[in-house]
Amino acid sequence: MERRKFIKTSTAASALVGIGALSLNACKLSSKKHLTILHTNDVHSHIDIFPKSHSQYANLGGLARRATLVEQIRQENKNTLLFDAGDIFQGTPYFNFYGGELEFKLMSKLKYDAATIGNHDFDNGLEGLLAQMPHATFKMLSANYDFSNTIMDGHTKPYHIYEIDNIKIGVYGMGVHLDGLVTKKLYKETQYLNPYEIAQDMERKLKNEYHCDLVICLSHLGYDYKNKKRPSDLGLATKTEYTDLIIGGHTHTFLDKPTVIKNKLGKDILVNQAGCYGLNLGRIDFYFDSAKNASASGVSIAV
Amino acid sequence: MHFEYEDKESLLFKIKQIVVFITICLLTSCVQEKTTLKSVTGTEISIDSSLSKNIEIDSFIQPYFNRINSILDSTLAYAPKTLTKSDGSLNTSIGNLMADMILEQSNPIFKSRTGHDVDFVLFNHGGMRSIISKGNISARTAFEVMPFENSISIVELSGKSIIELVNFVIKNSNPHPVSGIQLTIHRNNHIKELKIQGKPFDANRNYFIATSSYLVTGGDNMVFFKNAITVTDIDYSIRNAMIDYFNKKDTIYAEVDNRILKL
Repeated sequence: MERRKFIKTSTAASALVGIGALSLNACKLSSKKHLTILHTNDVHSHIDIFPKSHSQYANLGGLARRATLVEQIRQENKNTLLFDAGDIFQGTPYFNFYGGELEFKLMSKLKYDAATIGNHDFDNGLEGLLAQMPHATFKMLSANYDFSNTIMDGHTKPYHIYEIDNIKIGVYGMGVHLDGLVTKKLYKETQYLNPYEIAQDMERKLKNEYHCDLVICLSHLGYDYKNKKRPSDLGLATKTEYTDLIIGGHTHTFLDKPTVIKNKLGKDILVNQAGCYGLNLGRIDFYFDSAKNASASGVSIAV
Repeated sequence: MHFEYEDKESLLFKIKQIVVFITICLLTSCVQEKTTLKSVTGTEISIDSSLSKNIEIDSFIQPYFNRINSILDSTLAYAPKTLTKSDGSLNTSIGNLMADMILEQSNPIFKSRTGHDVDFVLFNHGGMRSIISKGNISARTAFEVMPFENSISIVELSGKSIIELVNFVIKNSNPHPVSGIQLTIHRNNHIKELKIQGKPFDANRNYFIATSSYLVTGGDNMVFFKNAITVTDIDYSIRNAMIDYFNKKDTIYAEVDNRILKL
């Protein structure tokens, strides 16, 4: 009886030792992590493949093709997030007929994680945007549009934190100045707040309060402007400290590769934009390792 | 015997304690194991014919696609000849169609809202993005000619501003469409005669001009619209006005005429 008890207990003990060793092993394995960020911008209701007769984009784009690509990448790496940087609406009769319903439904089917709001997303007014919100399973992120005096109040979030494979990813949204770009009648009492100031608030919060491993800005400010006073993604990059990646839109900028730019602290970060009309998908891969294996040279960026 | 039992139990308990302690240590060390960003790569992937369509997504889109195309392609009217914006130097066939259409479609709405009549129309040559080919006209035609979301605005201008507007039209290299105006100009580009709604121009009164919301907000350098006394947005998109116009007419006919005449 006592012997049986002893064996039983010692088995339990060795099982625990086993779990301990196992957890050590799992721990070693999990210190190497891989996160994939996919993104689109300015899709402008382009759902169909461009016709073969199109002078510029013959047989390019197409949402059903994008779905295949996203699925392939997700199979490759389940730690994948998919974002859109705004101007989802306006550009084909799909929008004129259905007001953005199909765009939102398809983005939800593709399991987009978040989008930010572009100026054309106001094209059917705040009512038009609100009417489509029930079709969106993704988060609508906007930190510098204050919707509190509008019907959109409560339907957007300034930021969202994703926890994937124990990596914390903080994502915030940035919108372009609406005055002069969108008729006041459409955006009503939406307040546009200074993007640089708000971005700094957001990244500080995400890094220092929530200890995010990665901070991403979803921006519809535009890539760069001749007038340097106009807020842009390149401008935002030089004014922020903790933002690791700016996913841009608005200027329909096609980049051969993501732009590497020094932030406020002199650290290299990435700014990317995927042109427009769903012709391209941007892909950024982040590789993590345990801190003790980190090299003195910091993060290597290969684009 | 009893003592031995106690001893064994306490030994086991100690082993258990040690194992639990080590396990907790290991688990804790695991949680505290800090990951840090090591490297980043980035690429742009082209969405092209190398990717097959996702069948489920494609079949979800299909009914929307069919519905839109059946509406866009159903015949609304017929054009006996092709209308272009390059068949005249002072006015063009498609320009005259657009300006006349805007006048006819906007006036009843404006009148019912304000009690005033639209006096004339000024549209922009660059705002017409496609020809209208001879043959059947559909809603798709309206989308091709007018892909933008511009709506009809009615601007009230003083007589003085009207002179500015007319001189802008005369001096511009592109024939901007007008309707409701009869203008005769000298060889030296001076105004010889200006009639609005068949009546001689009166510099002392204000006029109501229907135009594109794009032009009112500074498009195509039509700076005289900055001096607008009032601007009324009638909530009517130019494209919808075209579709309504095509719906009510059987035949869409327009040609270059003498609404602007150079001596």
